[in-house]
Amino acid sequence: MIMETRSSVPINNEWDIVQARQLGRQISREMGFGHVDQARITTAISELARNIYLYANNGEITIEPIVNLGKKGLKITSRDKGPGIKDIRLVMQDGYTTSGGLGAGLPGVKRLMDIFKIDSTLEKGTNIVAIKWLR
Amino acid sequence: MPKVVIKYIKDKRKEINEAWMRKMAEELPEFPNYRAPNQNLSNANDNFVDVIYTYLLNIENTDDVRDFIKKIMKLEVPINYLSIGLQVFRRVVMEVIKRSEKDPENLLELYEHTDRVVEPIFNQLIKDTTETWERTISIQKSELLELSAPLIPILDRISVMPLVGTIDTERAKLIMENLLQGVIDHHAEVVLIDITGVPVVDTMVAHHIIQASEAVRLVGSKCILVGIRPEIAQTIVNLGIELDQFPTKSSLQRGIEEALKITERKVITITEGNGKQ
Ligand SMILES: Nc1ncnc2c1ncn2[C@@H]1O[C@H](COP(=O)(O)OP(=O)(O)OP(=O)(O)O)[C@@H](O)[C@H]1O
Ligand SMILES: [Mg+2]
Repeated sequence: MIMETRSSVPINNEWDIVQARQLGRQISREMGFGHVDQARITTAISELARNIYLYANNGEITIEPIVNLGKKGLKITSRDKGPGIKDIRLVMQDGYTTSGGLGAGLPGVKRLMDIFKIDSTLEKGTNIVAIKWLR
Repeated sequence: MPKVVIKYIKDKRKEINEAWMRKMAEELPEFPNYRAPNQNLSNANDNFVDVIYTYLLNIENTDDVRDFIKKIMKLEVPINYLSIGLQVFRRVVMEVIKRSEKDPENLLELYEHTDRVVEPIFNQLIKDTTETWERTISIQKSELLELSAPLIPILDRISVMPLVGTIDTERAKLIMENLLQGVIDHHAEVVLIDITGVPVVDTMVAHHIIQASEAVRLVGSKCILVGIRPEIAQTIVNLGIELDQFPTKSSLQRGIEEALKITERKVITITEGNGKQ
């Protein structure tokens, strides 16, 4: 994979969530994603950033255009040093929530994006990578 | 002692003022307003140097200063005018001292004292400016928040809440409050929530809207969600959020038609002339 410019937004408060998704919207628009995919990417960023804010307090969202075998895509990385996730299969189920939410965020991001990888260690933190290919 | 410096500044006020005007015109030629000398002291708030004197002499009536700061707030005066104005003031004072002081031995000390006189003015001015600024911003913020979730009664028993912009936790709370209060105040049987202007509908926003409509249902009214843009409809489906228990209409117009139906009314066209419906 060849990396182009990469942008990061630290997530410390609710306002940072808006900042991260605005950046995502801007980059996806510049890359030529259509309206629906722009909305998907922006929403996915919103979910990941809000999870950081809610469950880990602080973290970072990185947004970068990537190229893989001539295919262009947008890669979103969510990183935090929060409590981590014990049972990944459980949190990926629709409706599972520990905060009285809809429990739709993580399974939603998986459906919104083309590639979804989650890597979490208890008491160490959580790393999530999600990619959307440009069609 | 800074007293000596203060005495200079007081005694040579006219000289300092004139020199300051001249220098400022050189430094900031783009702001000719501030060049015009002020003979009239009642007009003092137009003049930065007078403001400095107000600070310097601890004049009780600080209205001049407040007016001046208001101008900065309104951006009639650029903020860098403050720092440049004070720097020029210090330089002018130093020049006056240099010209008047006979003993060059004292000069270095007097320069230092000039700094000590000007610094607190600068700090105070910055403090007052930022405080006014912060107050203005906080007032604007609460005003904006009040406007951010208005419930508008449009027809008998029908109200609309148009939402524009990002929805955060604070605003979500306000949406709920205004919705319930409005339903009670306006006796609305149907409320239309228009999300045309909401840029992102994520799980949090969806959750708040679902909760709000649930609450409206509990007080005996009905919520209809309108203005779901096609791309938002897509992402809601992707998120796996079920809106089927939730009445939705594509546009505000369709929503109003539905609301009329619910309240057992409809819009008819009256043809002019023959009075036929
Ligand atoms: N970064 C994270 N660190 C630790 N735990 C997390 C993190 N992200 C998610 N979780 C856990 O996974 C659960 C499911 O997350 P998900 O985003 O799917 O739903 P939710 O945040 O509870 O509700 P919502 O539908 O509003 O997103 C959360 O309730 C939380 O317990
Ligand atoms: Mg979530």
